[in-house]
Amino acid sequence: MSSIILSALWGVLMMFSGIFLKKKSLAKYIALLGMFALLTVNFLEYYNIWFIHANIGEMLKFSAFGQIFNAIVFSCTLLFFLLNGEEFETIGNDVYEYYALIFFVLCGVGLAVSFNTLLMLFLGIEIITIPLYILAGSDKRNLKSNEASIKYFLMGVFSTGIMLMGIAFLYGTTGTFYIEGMNVGLNALQPMMVIGIVLIMVALAFKVSAAPFHFWVPDVYDGAPTAVTSFMATIVKVASFVAFLHLFDNAFGKMHAQWQVLITLLTAATLFIGNITAVFQQSVKRMLAYSSVAHAGFMMLALFGLNTFAREGLILYSAAYSLATIGSFAVLAKVKDYSLEGFNGLAKKAPLLALTNTVFLLSLTGIPLTAGFLAKYYMLVGAVKSGHHFWLVIFAVLMAAVSAYYYFRVIQAMYFKDGDAQVKTVSKVFRISLCITAVLIILIGIFPQLLLKGLYY
Amino acid sequence: MKPNDVLITFPELLLWFPLLSGLVAFFLTKGNAAKRWSLWASFITVIIVAVSFLFTGKDYFHLNNVSYVWMPSIGSSFALMYDGMGRMLCLLTALAFPLAFLTTYKTTYSRPNNFYGLMLLSQAGLMGVFCAMDALVFYFFWELAIIPIYFLASQWGGEKRIQATFKFFVYTFAASLLLMIGIIYVYLHTPDNSFSIHSFIKAELPAGGEKMAFWLFLAAFAVKMPLFPFHTWQPDTYEQSAAPVTMILSGVMVKMGVFALIRWLIPVFPYATTQFTGIVIGLAVAGMVYASCIAWVQDDLKRLIAYSSIVHVGLMCAAIFGGSRSGVDGAVLQMFNHGINIIGLWMVVELIEHYYGTRKISQLGGIASSSPLLTVFLVVIALANIALPLTNAFVGEFLMFNGLFHYGKWTTAIALTTIILSAIYTLNMVQKVFYGSTNQLTASGAGMVSKQAAAALTVVVIIILLLGVYPRLILDLTKDTVDVFMNRLAGL
Repeated sequence: MSSIILSALWGVLMMFSGIFLKKKSLAKYIALLGMFALLTVNFLEYYNIWFIHANIGEMLKFSAFGQIFNAIVFSCTLLFFLLNGEEFETIGNDVYEYYALIFFVLCGVGLAVSFNTLLMLFLGIEIITIPLYILAGSDKRNLKSNEASIKYFLMGVFSTGIMLMGIAFLYGTTGTFYIEGMNVGLNALQPMMVIGIVLIMVALAFKVSAAPFHFWVPDVYDGAPTAVTSFMATIVKVASFVAFLHLFDNAFGKMHAQWQVLITLLTAATLFIGNITAVFQQSVKRMLAYSSVAHAGFMMLALFGLNTFAREGLILYSAAYSLATIGSFAVLAKVKDYSLEGFNGLAKKAPLLALTNTVFLLSLTGIPLTAGFLAKYYMLVGAVKSGHHFWLVIFAVLMAAVSAYYYFRVIQAMYFKDGDAQVKTVSKVFRISLCITAVLIILIGIFPQLLLKGLYY
Repeated sequence: MKPNDVLITFPELLLWFPLLSGLVAFFLTKGNAAKRWSLWASFITVIIVAVSFLFTGKDYFHLNNVSYVWMPSIGSSFALMYDGMGRMLCLLTALAFPLAFLTTYKTTYSRPNNFYGLMLLSQAGLMGVFCAMDALVFYFFWELAIIPIYFLASQWGGEKRIQATFKFFVYTFAASLLLMIGIIYVYLHTPDNSFSIHSFIKAELPAGGEKMAFWLFLAAFAVKMPLFPFHTWQPDTYEQSAAPVTMILSGVMVKMGVFALIRWLIPVFPYATTQFTGIVIGLAVAGMVYASCIAWVQDDLKRLIAYSSIVHVGLMCAAIFGGSRSGVDGAVLQMFNHGINIIGLWMVVELIEHYYGTRKISQLGGIASSSPLLTVFLVVIALANIALPLTNAFVGEFLMFNGLFHYGKWTTAIALTTIILSAIYTLNMVQKVFYGSTNQLTASGAGMVSKQAAAALTVVVIIILLLGVYPRLILDLTKDTVDVFMNRLAGL
């Protein structure tokens, strides 16, 4: 609760400090302070120390799951700020605004993970996406950034419309916005409700970039400034996933067997398109964009399985995927040439960047000892346990093997190919944050309980 | 849990020591420091294994078994056991590394600290595979052993190394993922939701599920062994990798697949095994004949040995699936013998390439006159490769064919043709490379074998002859594992 309010307030604070403080470089310190405050508040709420008690009529419900997820989101954003602080200053002049928008997104994330009515879900998703339309186009003089923004906007409002329509259908059938009220089970299932569920599924599939609703992803991710892409591809995506899971688990859980087929098809399509298309990319940034589609496919397995393993798995996956992707994008931002050849010989030029990037890529591939492995592992256990459509699980691991191909091409370029990769200067803070990210990935990879134990506090 | 008076158990020691010494090696950037450090570290590992042989039996249970709580929520514990077969394979792993380091002592690798560090890391991974008693831990090490090898084979070796290693990696990674699904499937059917091997054996699988899981497991093991037709990565990778890497790959890593059949596949899926024995043995025997024929026409020494390795491993696989005591005994013994013999062969090839600059059979000839010492070593090892009596491989192959005979006469007859074929290609190779007239290349090459390499080859030859005369050294060692394995089969 307080983290939702605080993040909104801090966003306003950031905007005002932009008026009074002229120095660009100060922005990141205020933002970091805000992140620490958010983490602290979230931590205290986790231990049941509340600052604000508001009567919100059960519209939001706070659980250990949501708080652990918030902690992951805030920690990842903190690392994201540390890694991209300098990057933000090169995008344009309105640094304070960029940070402010990100704080607004975090407010939306808070709503989207703890909603109890469809109204709050809608608000959360909208608060997440509207600042992103602006951020995607923040590199104003770059045509590609403008293109990304307009594409994202058009696709985004389109899916928003679909979602609203779905909500209307559901409200029309059940007469309530509260999600518990919708969990009626098969007996009361009406055609209108089916339409509503399908529409909402499509809209959320847009938001999490599941195929065949992923078409906006490559251009938007490629066009937006790298720092923004890294934020969109990680925190925003996993938050949408948590909302997706939360809704379908609590509102439509009793009809799982009915909509599981649809999710199966979406998952298979996402895995296939994401992985196969990533193989053919020559630009690492585009490759990472498609890889984020591929990982969306893996996260869809949580919806497919819909059991304890799947829920725990989504938490692990969020952490593993966000950390690795934020790290990998941060390294990418420091390389001058985004093509695969631009990485040739990086190991000699910048050994630390190459080494940590290897850890990130290994984690994305899902090699043991990294968080990515356990995340995939939990997802697969959840999927096998659901007992249906075993072929999907086999298909998923074969696609994971394909993913090894494109991630290892980057490793090959960095270590085994000769060339002189051009690297921007990197600060000490950047190096340390990069190391922390890599260490966190390995730590979660060995001791996942560190995260998961919190769920059962 | 272990009692307090045990400070550290042998399996832990064998895991942590190479791991830590490997990490140290990364920081020894000066000249030969990393090379020397790794050589000594690998000697110490041999000594640790040697010492561990004094502490066998029930009295020392706590020294050989260890289990830590690791991921309690999903029922995985960090469980290691050091039984007969594990002991034998750890000995092989421990021996392989100093032999590899000694042979290439005169060779200088670029960035030696990375090279030797990665080598020792892969040693730690292999030890973990051979001792793991928990399916998840096993899978961890199964994958981890590959990662250092991937980096080693991609950075040092022939011109096409990157593509060859990549093929190898994608092959094994895809297969390993299938193994993971298999592990998950069995795990979900265990009575106590645990990854321990004992729970896996107790798991009650539906017949269809067991068959499916059997193939998921076998996929990973078949690629690693490699079993025909999953072998295509092997000749390319062996040919392109640097000599020490090839030695580890073929001498030790290939044994992971065979080992896993005995430790995991057959005990966990006894019913499915009986269903598919025919198919697997058929593939193995077909692969043996096929690989023998291909080995016959190879001009590259490395490729020849690679194909000959497929023949030997195919026989081990067939003997294990044959399911008779003598066959399994023979396969277990042969795992060790084949490891030693093939490492010996790679040593000779490496020395030839080092001194003469080529490994094409057609370009070599008459080395015997310029380097008699090398010739003696090679002839002994080559004879062991074709399993002549008095060499170690004879006992193993005899036991295996004996075991296979109980399974089927015609299968054995077909498999036996590979002995003749192996005599043809091996002796052909010896004759063309070592005898005959010298040519410009071989006459000019300096034929001196370095002291270190000579020492390593002597060790190999001693082991070959010793185990040829007294194979019980190994057979007694692995008796407990084979007993357990046979009881499991008999209890069906």
